[in-house]
Formats: sequence, structure tokens, C-alpha cells
Amino acid sequence: MKKNRLLKLIGLYTALTLLALLFLFPLVWMIVSSFKTEPQIFADLKSFKAFVPYTFSLDNYTGVFERIPFIRYLLTSTLYVSVIVILGLFVNSLAAYAFARMQFKGRDFLFAAVVALIIIPFESILLPLYLIIDEFDWLNTYQALIVPFIANAFNIFMFRQFFLNLPKELEESARMDGASTLRIFFQIVIPLSKPVFITVALLTFITHWGDFMWPLIATTDESVRPLQVGMQFFFHQPPVKYGHVMAALTMATVPLLIIFVFFQKYYVQGIASAGMKN
Amino acid sequence: MEPVTQKTNESRPLPTVSPKQKKRKNLFASYGFVSPAMILLFVFLILPAILALYYSFTNYYLLTPEKMKFVGVENYKRLAEDDIFLKSLGNTALFVIIVVPVQTLVALALALLVNQKVRGIKFFRMAFFAPVVTSMVIVSILWTFIYNPDNGLANSILNIVGLGPFQFLTDKDQAMYSIIFMSIWQGAGYQMMIFLAGLQEIPDHLYEAASIDGASAWQKLIHITIPGIRNILVFIAIVTMIAATKLFIQPFVMTQGGPLDSTKTLVYMVYETGFKFRDVGYSSAIAILFFVIVLVISILQRKFIKESTE
Repeated sequence: MKKNRLLKLIGLYTALTLLALLFLFPLVWMIVSSFKTEPQIFADLKSFKAFVPYTFSLDNYTGVFERIPFIRYLLTSTLYVSVIVILGLFVNSLAAYAFARMQFKGRDFLFAAVVALIIIPFESILLPLYLIIDEFDWLNTYQALIVPFIANAFNIFMFRQFFLNLPKELEESARMDGASTLRIFFQIVIPLSKPVFITVALLTFITHWGDFMWPLIATTDESVRPLQVGMQFFFHQPPVKYGHVMAALTMATVPLLIIFVFFQKYYVQGIASAGMKN
Repeated sequence: MEPVTQKTNESRPLPTVSPKQKKRKNLFASYGFVSPAMILLFVFLILPAILALYYSFTNYYLLTPEKMKFVGVENYKRLAEDDIFLKSLGNTALFVIIVVPVQTLVALALALLVNQKVRGIKFFRMAFFAPVVTSMVIVSILWTFIYNPDNGLANSILNIVGLGPFQFLTDKDQAMYSIIFMSIWQGAGYQMMIFLAGLQEIPDHLYEAASIDGASAWQKLIHITIPGIRNILVFIAIVTMIAATKLFIQPFVMTQGGPLDSTKTLVYMVYETGFKFRDVGYSSAIAILFFVIVLVISILQRKFIKESTE
């Protein structure tokens, strides 16, 4: 019996290790290569040395900064995504609170409409949205990257689900004391709803951090070009140097990695709850 | 999603004692609360959706908007005869048909593996999840290097086990499969996390009881685990399916739809006909068709989940 368990354990770890190698080798290669010279990267391709960090040269990194405004891309992405997150939290949670707790004409119809909107894939409205943004004269502006994505039907839905499950007593007693709805929302509801706010913020951040198609279309000017689009341009910009691209990719991966490490618990919970609720 | 709207009425009784004035004030507040979101959703989601439908029945060409006129179902007829469109539809279908079952099963297998209570399991969870944390554009660029037929890691590694060399992205018969493999590699960790949450909800005593009855690991999987996560399984399959029909970034970054249109997809066509060829009418027709496909998948989801909960 005991021997059997040991065998099982060995089998489990072997499987896990092989799989971990499969899932990690590209990323390890990316990071390790970013510190090597171009000839080293190519020479190492045929051997295990491709994954061994035996040199630590920062030349590729300085090369990236000479060739593209990497920091600018990074700041653009961070800025526009953060603004979407912050404005989105306000707008969507307010709407969700009204749907969850207030009485008004047309509420159930409006909410059903919002739920129905979840289904519309962004890709199918891309072109008319572009024409609308053009009509507003917003192409190549931050507004184009931000404003269309503040309101989010799914996030309204998530917030409402959470608010419905909050105990009403606190809000009712505050109302007895004469507090306005807005005040109740900010001083009582928001503090009680921290988990859903963090989850929605994270999911929104990660979604829009990965945005590609819309920024590609809505921005042609480098001054408002986000990181993902910048990476794609750099990748196709001659001369293509493996080392430079690897350094840029490594730097582009770090911000999300940091967020993930710090908010891992909420992130995983968010993914899971999005899955469970549906 | 459940039909959530039904439950709302019972949750809050009307404030019977409230005076009329206060009621009006509340009404004002509630419209104030919802209107920013509603206005934004209207302008940036509903309006473009309506426009897409409208344009799909016109010959709107971006450079000559004044000549726009209603052409009925002309664009849709054109679709049926457009070989490149049909090819894109087929490519998208191929991607969906392989990715949905394979990625779901891989994710489930990974979740079962990392659901063990053994030392260091957190590291492995992170490892499988790491590609998800990297964005799709970055992963696509990285894998274009890996798939390089002459100077790529993929051929070096496959060479060790005596396979290859392959042309990968530069061969019309291999390009889509190369994208499929990479996409599963990138996305499986995400579904794994959802499965894992589902697996952890299954009460331990069910497994203990089965062990006492002498059930094998396989029997436990079939009779306890799978039924326990059935809804999640359906949910994941559908979500993966919808995401897979949206395939765009990988072919855009890695192959530009080539070679010989072998990696062109529906969304790629929407992009290309709309923004490269500026054929708004035709592009909108593809977009609407794409929307209908997504809609049908979602309706199937609803049906499936309802049936399995009954």
C-alpha cells in the first residue's frame, strides 16, 4: 500500500514537471534570451544552453529604448486602462446599485436589456464604432481608447449580483437617519463591496491591457499608441533582432506579472466566480 | 446566465410610508444612477450594433459615402459566392472544432492534476497559468520566433525526439495547426483555474464513501467528479467556443492570414474588408453573420445548462 502511494506520487510529480516544462519553456527562453547577444541566441538554439542564463548583458534593453519609445507605450497603456477601470467602477456600480435596490419605472426592462447586451461581441460593432468615433473627431485621442469601454454590461451584472446579496439593514437604518442615497452608496455600500470592486477592477484591467484590435484601428499616431500595438509594430520593424524583441516582450510582460503576483487571490477568485455564476 | 430578472421583485418591498415628494426625489436619483451607463451603452454599443445591421444592407464604401444606397441582401449573396470568405469560415470552424474539445480536456486534466494536496502544487498551478498572464500579442510574437523553421526552438526540440523539421507558419497545411497548438498552450491555464474552483466545491465525503465501496479512480472520475462539475464543463466549452470564433490576434501577428489564406478567419475578414478594402457594407455583412454565430452558440448554452440542471 505504502509503496503504491510512493509510486503514484512519483508519477504525479513526473507528469507535473514535464507539463510545467512545456508551459514555461517559451517564457524562460524569452527572458533568458533577452540578456544574450544575437549570435549567442542563435548558437544556443540547438542546445540546452538556450535556457541557461550564462550572460547578463543589458544591451538588448538599451537597444529597445533607442529604437522605440517603450516607456511612452507603457505609460499610455497604464494610463488609458487605469482610467477605464476607475470610471468604469463608478458608472457600472452606480447603475447596478439602482437596479439592485431602487424602484423606478422601466427598471426591469432596462436591466433585461443590459443583460441582453452582454452577448454582443465587440468584433461585430468594430467598424460602425470606428465611424462614430471618427464623427466625434476622436481618432488618435485617449477618449477613443477610453470612453467606449467605461460602461460594461457584464460588470453591471456582476455588481448587481453582489449588491442583491448584501444585507439591507445597514442601508435602511442609514436612510432612517436621513442619509441620501448617494451617501449611503458611498459610505455604506462601497466599503461592504470591496471584493467585487477589486475583482471587477482586475478583470477590466487585464482585459483592456490585452486590447489589440481597437487600439490598432483607433490610433495611428505613436503618441497615443498602447503597448500591445507598439509591440506588434516593433516586431515587424526592420531590422528584426531577436534579442531586442525578447527584451521588449520581457518588459511588456512584467507589469501584468506584478499585478498577478500581488492580486493573485482576487484574480483567481474573479475568474472562478465569473465561471460559477454563469 | 440565469434569468435573473424574475427574482428582483420580491427582494425589496415598496416603501409604503414614504411621502410623495421623497418618492420623486428617489426617482430622480435612480435615473441619475443608471443614466451615465445607459447613455454610454447606447452610444457605443447599441448604436453601432444597429448601424452594423443597417450597413450590411447597403453598398457603403468608405471613400464614397455619398453614393451609399440600399442594396437588400446583396452583400449576403456575395458572401455565399466569395471563396476567400468561405475559406475563412472553414478555417474558423477548424480552429473551433479542435480547440474547444482539446483545450477543455487539457484544462480539465491539468485541474485534476493540480487539485492534489501535495507539496509544491502552488508552483505548478502558477506554471500552467503563466501563459495566461502574458498577453496574446506578446505570446504570438514569441511563438513566431519559436516556429521559425530554420532558427526556431520548436524544430530543435522536436529534433530531439526525431521529428521534423516542420515549416510551421510558412506552410499552408501546417500554419493553422501551429496556431491551434499555441492557442491551447496560452489559454488552457485559464480554464484550469475555473475547473479547479469547481473541483474544490465537490465534498470530500463523496470520494471517501466511494473509496469505502471500493471504487477505482476512473469510476470516481466518471461518477463523482464529472457530474459534480457538469455545469462548469458546459460553461467552459461554450465560453471557449465563443472566444475561439473570435480568433484574430494570432493570425494577424503571426501570418497575416497566410499562407494562401490558410489562417484567415471571420474576424480577420471583418477587419480586412472594412479597414483595408474600406468596403463597409460587405464588412458589416460578415460582422452580422459573425454575431449570429455567437448568438446561436449562446442560445445553445442556455438550453444545455437548463437541461443539465433539470
